[in-house]
Amino acid sequence: MEYILIIIAAVFVNNIVLAQFLGICPFLGVSGKVKTSVGMGGAVLFVMTIATIVTWLIMKFILIPFDIQYMQTIAYILVIASLVQMVEIVLKKVSPSLYQALGVFLPLITTNCAILGVAILVIQKEFILLESVIFAIGNAIGFTLAIVIFAGLREHLDKLPVPKGMKGAPAALVIAGILALAFMGFAGIV
Amino acid sequence: MNNWKNFTKGFIKENPVFILLLGLCPTLGVTTSAINGLGMGLATTFVLVCANVVVALIKNLIPNKVRIPSFIVIIASFVTIIDLVMAAYVPALYEALGLFIPLIVVNCAVLGRAEAFASKNTVFSSLIDGLGMGLGFTFALTLLGAVRELLGSYALFGYKFIQTDGILVFVLAPGAFFGLAYLIALMKKLNK
Repeated sequence: MEYILIIIAAVFVNNIVLAQFLGICPFLGVSGKVKTSVGMGGAVLFVMTIATIVTWLIMKFILIPFDIQYMQTIAYILVIASLVQMVEIVLKKVSPSLYQALGVFLPLITTNCAILGVAILVIQKEFILLESVIFAIGNAIGFTLAIVIFAGLREHLDKLPVPKGMKGAPAALVIAGILALAFMGFAGIV
Repeated sequence: MNNWKNFTKGFIKENPVFILLLGLCPTLGVTTSAINGLGMGLATTFVLVCANVVVALIKNLIPNKVRIPSFIVIIASFVTIIDLVMAAYVPALYEALGLFIPLIVVNCAVLGRAEAFASKNTVFSSLIDGLGMGLGFTFALTLLGAVRELLGSYALFGYKFIQTDGILVFVLAPGAFFGLAYLIALMKKLNK
């Protein structure tokens, strides 16, 4: 039950994009089409889960025993960057079809602050490993949900007569704002 | 003159937030008040200037293939410094900015300047560029913070004008998107 609550809170109540403002760059950048945004969501789910497990273990078994927690930022970003590279290489060999689907999005993920953000958040919240994994999966689902809905709306936006000054980024941001308003409706259910 | 142009381009013409749309996560996340925006902007400016200078200093020593990881390590070191300094001297602001301080490391505006400018230019012009871009970023965050604070709680830098609740939605998450949307539209208009 506790784990279900973590997932619901991460997906709806504290949606990582619309309530916590993490991962805005891919949210705005890779949301032109529903198909590509699903791919991005899948890649985020994959990397976020692995990255959270690895960084959690590094915190527990390297940084804390040596009492160098202040190295967290440097250690985490290096681990995430190399992890993404490794995932790319392994995926290419092991599952070419999955690589086909996620490949182009993987390099972009290194600079996705949602990955680093969740890795730091699970430490701040003092989650145990299983809770951290559940939290990461929930946040990745929340990211995918937000970006897919947003992409669906944006596909329709192209056909509408948007005022000249609001074309492009401003109109997209207004839509994101309305989406954030909708997600605020979930506040208080957990 | 050239240095002056280099310095001022970050404010309006190539503003990292309004025109280049870089670093939007902290822009949206911390600007619930003008003072938070200012604090976040200055922290980012510090990292941007230091990283730009160091990258420009050692650009010839870094092999081309590993330059991005090297830049990230340099940036992360300065982020750690500002993280510890802020925790020690401005604990209230540090609490308010929270997660977004360590996340300066993935702010694409910082890595973007290191890669696009500092790795190709002299130390001094990189310093000017970092300072201009950083202050442009600070300007954007403070402006958005001021707009949201003004509408959301009828206050500016903590000073309250009208003693009632404001339009609450502007200090909540959706207000960040709406505020930024209209500021970008306005800046586009001004830039023409």
